[in-house]
Amino acid sequence: MALAPIFRKIFLVDLIKGLSLTFRYQDPKEIYTEQYPLERPQVAERYRGLPRLKMNPETGKTLCIACDLCAKACPENLITVESERDPVTKRKVLTKYTFDLSRCMFCGLCEESCSTDAIELTPDYEVAQYSRDGMVLDQKRLEEGPDRKEYKR
Amino acid sequence: MAHMTPTPVMDPAGDRTMVLNMGPQHPSTHGVLRLMLEIDGETIVRMMPDIGYLHTGIEKTTEAKFYQQVVPLTDRIDYLCPMTNNLAYCLAVEKLLGLEIPPRGQWIRVMLNELTRINSHLVWLGTHALDIGAMTVFLYCFREREDVLRLFEMVSGQRMMTSYFRVGGLSLDLPLGFLDRLKKFIDAFPSKVDEYENLLTSNPIWMERTKGVAYLSAEDAIALGTTGPTLRASGVDTDLRRDEPYTGYENFKFKVPVRTEGDVYARYLCRVQELRESASIVQQALAGLPEGRYKAEAPKVVLPDRENMKTQMESLIYHFKIVTEGFTVPPGEVYQAIESPRGEMGYYVVSDGTAKPYRVHMRSPSFANLQALPKMCEGRLIADVVAAIGSIDIVLGDCDR
Repeated sequence: MALAPIFRKIFLVDLIKGLSLTFRYQDPKEIYTEQYPLERPQVAERYRGLPRLKMNPETGKTLCIACDLCAKACPENLITVESERDPVTKRKVLTKYTFDLSRCMFCGLCEESCSTDAIELTPDYEVAQYSRDGMVLDQKRLEEGPDRKEYKR
Repeated sequence: MAHMTPTPVMDPAGDRTMVLNMGPQHPSTHGVLRLMLEIDGETIVRMMPDIGYLHTGIEKTTEAKFYQQVVPLTDRIDYLCPMTNNLAYCLAVEKLLGLEIPPRGQWIRVMLNELTRINSHLVWLGTHALDIGAMTVFLYCFREREDVLRLFEMVSGQRMMTSYFRVGGLSLDLPLGFLDRLKKFIDAFPSKVDEYENLLTSNPIWMERTKGVAYLSAEDAIALGTTGPTLRASGVDTDLRRDEPYTGYENFKFKVPVRTEGDVYARYLCRVQELRESASIVQQALAGLPEGRYKAEAPKVVLPDRENMKTQMESLIYHFKIVTEGFTVPPGEVYQAIESPRGEMGYYVVSDGTAKPYRVHMRSPSFANLQALPKMCEGRLIADVVAAIGSIDIVLGDCDR
């Protein structure tokens, strides 16, 4: 047996090498843990989270034209769109829009299919609810966004 | 064959041996794998893996979806490398359609695939070391994995279930500032791999636990259908990226690490070397990323650009048609395999000429690699099973589909 391996074994060179690396990361600057409710992570712009229905900022009316594309594009069939024809203007008017968040897998196909950019998956990542019924979002809740309390210690 | 019986029941022969159930809720089985061990003292006489606890029915579900709706489902098969699944499926459908992807799309695909490999290998290295008892490596691996996941989030919008690739290209172009961030990460990454190796490669405890453990010979590895690093660690030099290049891998220079020892330590060395090779491929892709379109010019298959869709009547019509009716794929069947971090990930797609696939079958690497586990463990100690499971790097979602 050569001398070098014996030397390494007796003086635990390899263990000390590993331990020295561990001790180098004891510096408080090297802490990676995020203190979540106090420290909120910055998510990317493209993040696919809570869905929103957008409105025209000038008129306050929905951008949705009830074309049913998002409902067709959804792999889980969780969007329902109901509409009726306005007898005066002959346009389709949205009457009911529901989005079942409990079955959503946030794939973003609805967002991609929307021809007027009305439905959007926003960077809002806190989607937990107190009940299953609460997971089914109607048009009002989709437009207004979540009603959220700020929790402080 | 005893392994093929539908409801395996073990009968302890005499009172010399006993049957021990390991799993399905065992922390080192990486999910819900149940192992039935017939043991004599601490020596394993026979072993039977029992799968099916994570059956998702994705293969069947795909038959009721449009071709473009299958992409988010493929993420969920092997949840540690979503991009490779997306890619394998998209390549299979593109092969049926005869679509050619522009160079920029291909290079981005290669780049993200190698990042996925890094992501998957980091999870493997962390959990494998954790199983054997090295806690620190896990923390360092997940630190780097967090960076990769943030990059995925930036480019696709989700950390794990990316669904970024589409049949015919990508869903969106790369975001602004992504390349700078990726370059910063990938330049620093080889030094991080040095850190992991510092902790493990010559660590005496690590070597005692892994060297000579769970030996698999090259003949057995081929006969049992293993692929990927499990096969390469047994001395068989195959890599689909090099042997059957897809999506432009022929433009990249990389080495395929091969070891001949066939034990857990050899598999570890193979994968760590692959981490470095993947980093080098990402660097090459960054250096030579071509300009141009990121999706193919095929109006009947690929969704039009959003600007065109809002200004041109024809584009809007195609957009409506693709979303509501899907795109039809010529009848035929195709098999497309790619090198996933675990081995050969193949998609077999049968089309009957409609907008929904007639059959999609996944040849998953975890399922085939799991077959080699009894061969590795029989006649060895029960403590080595943990090392063996870690070394073949299975994902149970991939096993069951």
